[in-house]
Amino acid sequence: MDATSDRGLRGKYAIVGVGETGYMRGSGCTTRQLGTTAVRKAIEDAGLTPGEVDGMLSYSFNDSTFSTTIAGDLGIRLNFYVDVYGGGSSIEALIGIAMGVIEAGMCKTVAIYRAMNGYSQVRIGGTGGRGAVAPLSGEGLFPRGYGLMSAGQMFCQSFMRHMYDYGTTPEQVAMVKVIHSQHAANNPKAYYNKPVTVEDVLSSRMIVKPLHLLDCCVETDNGTAIIVTRIDRARDLRHTPAVIQSVVGRCSKPRSDNHYQSGPISTVAGYYAKDILWPNAGVGPEDIDVTGSYDAFTFTTLLQLEDYGFCKKGEGGEYVSSGDMRLGGKRPNNTSGGHLCEGYTHGVNMVIENVRQLRHDVDDSCPIGADGKRQHTYIYNEGGCRQVKDAELSANLGWATPGTGSALVMARGTR
Amino acid sequence: MPSKGEYLGMPVEIGDLDEPNRSFYRFCALGELRLQQCSSCGLKRYPPTTACPFCAHPDSTWVAVEGRGTLYSYGEVHHAIQPAFRAHVPYLLLLVELDEQRDTPSPFDGLRLTGNLAAPDGSLATPDMVRQVGIGSRLRVVFARVGDQLAMPLWTLDQDAEQPAKPWRYSIE
Repeated sequence: MDATSDRGLRGKYAIVGVGETGYMRGSGCTTRQLGTTAVRKAIEDAGLTPGEVDGMLSYSFNDSTFSTTIAGDLGIRLNFYVDVYGGGSSIEALIGIAMGVIEAGMCKTVAIYRAMNGYSQVRIGGTGGRGAVAPLSGEGLFPRGYGLMSAGQMFCQSFMRHMYDYGTTPEQVAMVKVIHSQHAANNPKAYYNKPVTVEDVLSSRMIVKPLHLLDCCVETDNGTAIIVTRIDRARDLRHTPAVIQSVVGRCSKPRSDNHYQSGPISTVAGYYAKDILWPNAGVGPEDIDVTGSYDAFTFTTLLQLEDYGFCKKGEGGEYVSSGDMRLGGKRPNNTSGGHLCEGYTHGVNMVIENVRQLRHDVDDSCPIGADGKRQHTYIYNEGGCRQVKDAELSANLGWATPGTGSALVMARGTR
Repeated sequence: MPSKGEYLGMPVEIGDLDEPNRSFYRFCALGELRLQQCSSCGLKRYPPTTACPFCAHPDSTWVAVEGRGTLYSYGEVHHAIQPAFRAHVPYLLLLVELDEQRDTPSPFDGLRLTGNLAAPDGSLATPDMVRQVGIGSRLRVVFARVGDQLAMPLWTLDQDAEQPAKPWRYSIE
């Protein structure tokens, strides 16, 4: 049996609860408080009690507080927990791990969280951090000895080569930020909620070519969490479940130690991940209603949509600038505004958003009716609706580096 | 004894246990760019590793390469993260594909070395030099000393090579 064989778990697990703090600069509290708040809200959202959660997973690349402390604060007795190292691409991988440990009988319901003071304590890009002045040694020498340290500095070679190989233009790439900023304008939680133009992006200061300041995501302080459990349990809970169809975790290009050695570098890990994702899901990119393509940078969104097959290889520039991924378009992407505008979370907020899309219950500014449910207008002007009409299938495309990615397909469930 | 030095004001230290990296940078201090060549499959590799990424064989020898190649891709840093580099912006993050072992073992594979653009004496390039270089530029290796025992390989325009009429650069200068 190879990695693409049907494991028989399609449709058997679901995300039943989501929770988050605000997306802030200056949380005024610890990552412990952020994590506890996000997990508590996710448990409440699911309609569970803390005593009904018995598994926990977390990940961190900069700052965090471990599962044992968060569980202790909430009075959760754990049958299983693991805290893993890593940033982007972890959330989808941990959803797969949660399914596996429940399937193995190790626990029944898992809370997965990410808690970071990503702006006010440990900035992921390294500015002002200890890492920027640490001694150079061993395998740290060939990147950091060349001033190659932040994510933008590590990824720019792939982005630049894509422009060279396919003629992708700065204006096309900037459209990712433009569209996500329009989505964020309909998201009261977004840290940046003003729409920007291509001109705004291209006139913002250069960080590392080809990335301007507005091509980069917004570092924030936040806690985010989701709850995973079996579908039979999910049907008793508060919301329409987001049913997991397929998951891929940290799928990598050859030479994961230095992916630039292998193949055309304008191709990213999605090229390999797609061959696990789509056969296991039993659907293809053309069936997907809403995407969450990781936007650490404008360019990461483009490269992934292309390599997962949402457009032909090399046509990512056209895809992201055509309007297809705008609210009201064929297949909206990052309807919350994503990392570029809502806030950087290492991927969790894009999963949370798609869970809400599949519930048909995104938290925009549409009025709440007498039945307590939001009355979505499907009018996507600034400050308006951001619910995708009749959303049935979503795809999340997670990014760690050009060489490593994760993915998740979810379907709207029944109750 | 660990190999120690200092580069652009940053302390450098490679421990005795880290043979692959210690050897690589020590050969550079002798003015030689050497890569590990697998004793079984014969393929060369970069960066230094503890086994062969192509066949997993543990043994290798350090063989000299010519140190000439073509710029495969780059980034141009205007906002430095490390204090040591702030005086040198804009600086180039180069990915130089060596002439040896191109498209091997598979099409589009290559020995792609990271580095910065430098003057022939190994000092980081001036803004004028940065503007002359793009994808397709022909480069040769130069070395910047890091104490007595170590050196960093860097890249400079190869004056002996035929250069492209107009190397490919990002469209916004």
